[in-house]
Amino acid sequence: MPTDIGPPDYKTMLPPVIQRNYGKWRYHEYLKPGVIMHVGETGEALYTVRAGSPRLLSTDHIRDICDIAEKYCNGYLRFTSRNNIEFLLEDKEKISPLMAELAQKKYPVGGTGHAISNIVHTQGWVHCHTPATDASGPVKALMEEIYEYFVTMKLPNHVRIALACCLNMCGAVHCSDIAILGIHRTVPKTDNTRVPNLCEIPTTVASCPTGAIRGDMKNKTVTVNNEKCMYCGNCYTFARPCPLPIPKTTGSPSGWAGRYRMPAAGPCFPSWQSLSCRTIRPNGRKRLPR
Amino acid sequence: MSKSDTPLLDQLAGGKWPSFVDDMKQAAEKKPMAQDLLLQLERSYKDKIGHWKHGGIVGVKGYGSGVIGRYSDIPNEFPNVQAFHTMRVNHPTGWFYKTEALRNLCDVWDKHGSGLTNMHGSTGDVILLGTTTDHLQACFDDLSAKGFDLGGSGSALRTPSACVGPGRCEWACIDSLDACYNITMSFQDEIHRPMFPYKFKIKMSACPNDCVASIARSDLAIIGTWKGDIPIDQKEVAAYAAAGLDIQREVCNLCPTRCMVYNGKELKIYDEDCTRCMHCINLMPKALRPGDQRGATILIGGKAPIVEGALLSWVIVPFMELNPPYQELKDLIFKITDWWSENGKSRERVGELIKRVGMRTFLRAVGLPAVPQMVKAPRTNPYVFFWPEDLQKKEVK
Repeated sequence: MPTDIGPPDYKTMLPPVIQRNYGKWRYHEYLKPGVIMHVGETGEALYTVRAGSPRLLSTDHIRDICDIAEKYCNGYLRFTSRNNIEFLLEDKEKISPLMAELAQKKYPVGGTGHAISNIVHTQGWVHCHTPATDASGPVKALMEEIYEYFVTMKLPNHVRIALACCLNMCGAVHCSDIAILGIHRTVPKTDNTRVPNLCEIPTTVASCPTGAIRGDMKNKTVTVNNEKCMYCGNCYTFARPCPLPIPKTTGSPSGWAGRYRMPAAGPCFPSWQSLSCRTIRPNGRKRLPR
Repeated sequence: MSKSDTPLLDQLAGGKWPSFVDDMKQAAEKKPMAQDLLLQLERSYKDKIGHWKHGGIVGVKGYGSGVIGRYSDIPNEFPNVQAFHTMRVNHPTGWFYKTEALRNLCDVWDKHGSGLTNMHGSTGDVILLGTTTDHLQACFDDLSAKGFDLGGSGSALRTPSACVGPGRCEWACIDSLDACYNITMSFQDEIHRPMFPYKFKIKMSACPNDCVASIARSDLAIIGTWKGDIPIDQKEVAAYAAAGLDIQREVCNLCPTRCMVYNGKELKIYDEDCTRCMHCINLMPKALRPGDQRGATILIGGKAPIVEGALLSWVIVPFMELNPPYQELKDLIFKITDWWSENGKSRERVGELIKRVGMRTFLRAVGLPAVPQMVKAPRTNPYVFFWPEDLQKKEVK
């Protein structure tokens, strides 16, 4: 099979109304929460209906989304950078029936304007190897509680929330208004039966950002200076396979307040990391956000 | 599967917000792999710890990235997820899809994998969650036949991503979709064959609203901007006022540089004081728009934590005209990655390297001039560096 063919050309994925008005849009308006109208220079309009998604989608769920898009949008849709689904319509008349079907199938419609958009998150226990907490679970629990701020536009401004399940922060937590970050709280343990056989000592030592790991050449293993460790899990990633298991007691989500917004004062960064509440209940797994 | 197998996850099923548990159960009905994933996740909820091991070198022929090896640490209990590798598939730029393309992806993934996906991962790729080692090449071949290719992983150029740009937005100052697609196609080698000290991300936003958060989430951020005045349609200003917008309070008073005056009838902007933050334009899209001389600001060094902590990108080119084939931008990217590859330590992001050796060293290496636009505040101490040539005596004539 040919390699390096790159992604499909986006131009083949654009609905005709976008092709006709590409680069010639004039203004947009929110018709109601979750429904945006973009008007081109010629007066032609594109209607976008934005729906929430759990991000973790089964192929059957994607096919269901395709069915809806084919029924109302001639098969054109897109996803947003915050994992929402956007149905792209040419025909204004189809908005109401589309919304009725989305309501019946329990797709929340919203996330536009002064609202909370979908929570950007990471893999957590579903697929990550260094998580301090699950990701999909807390996000689901939280979205359940703040649902009404997704489907309305009654907040003073946009609010963006993100959750990352460990300090590696794969989930954009450093650039969202509210960040929820899983942190480990104990030092990795060295498994001396496996380190000498399975890992390169220099690489493991080099992997530590704080210099907490030192080689113990006599015993062909490493030692960890507990006071220097910042629980990042880098050694665990790097010294594969798995000589430094992070002990079971570590998981604990912690709340951070982040703030990132381009307009007005510009992105606000060095001052944003105010630790709002240091530790939320360690891995409480019920559907209750605090 | 009987309900009692996953009592903890069941608490997260159903509800108003769509639940990942429902999707996992849907896939589990068809795939033993998805069922074991569900059961192992339930086990994680019980144990409060993840059960995945990283690593093992897996991939497809000719590629060094695009596949992330994943193994269960309790394979005797969940044999169907013993190997559960992720494939990253490069998304169509802007995340636009025709349903036919999505259905093709679903068919391939039902044939070769768990039937579970992420739409999309944080870098932008379609994430195909979970397949076995022997399916990787076959899955790649089938994806390739349907016009899809893998994205980046490891110490490679990661899949570039872009905002919706001129596809749907009246504020687009650059063609973020075309530029992103062009860069993606030109840098296939860098995406598929890890050759850098660490990951390198490129994101493009077509205006300073920066909808893909490129300034924080990418090593190289390309953000649309403009030079010159903001055109004002006074009739539309009056219409906004008539519709109930408090222009003084919401627009003028919240302008960060207070460069606007509203006398109850007309809006005046002192453009020389404008920093192009988009606030006023966001509030009155019909009345105001970005100026006509458009291009991009190029920034470098953004990243999330570990080692230095989170970094926001720094401006390195205040204004670059961005037209196909984007050669100036590509040349700059090559210069940056060459310098970083030469000087970076293993797992050192380009932003961290610049912090380590200094911005002046970086600028000299890539041949960019130091300009006032890079400086946020005047220096308050005299501790400045000099290059050797600065110290040579000037000849007196």
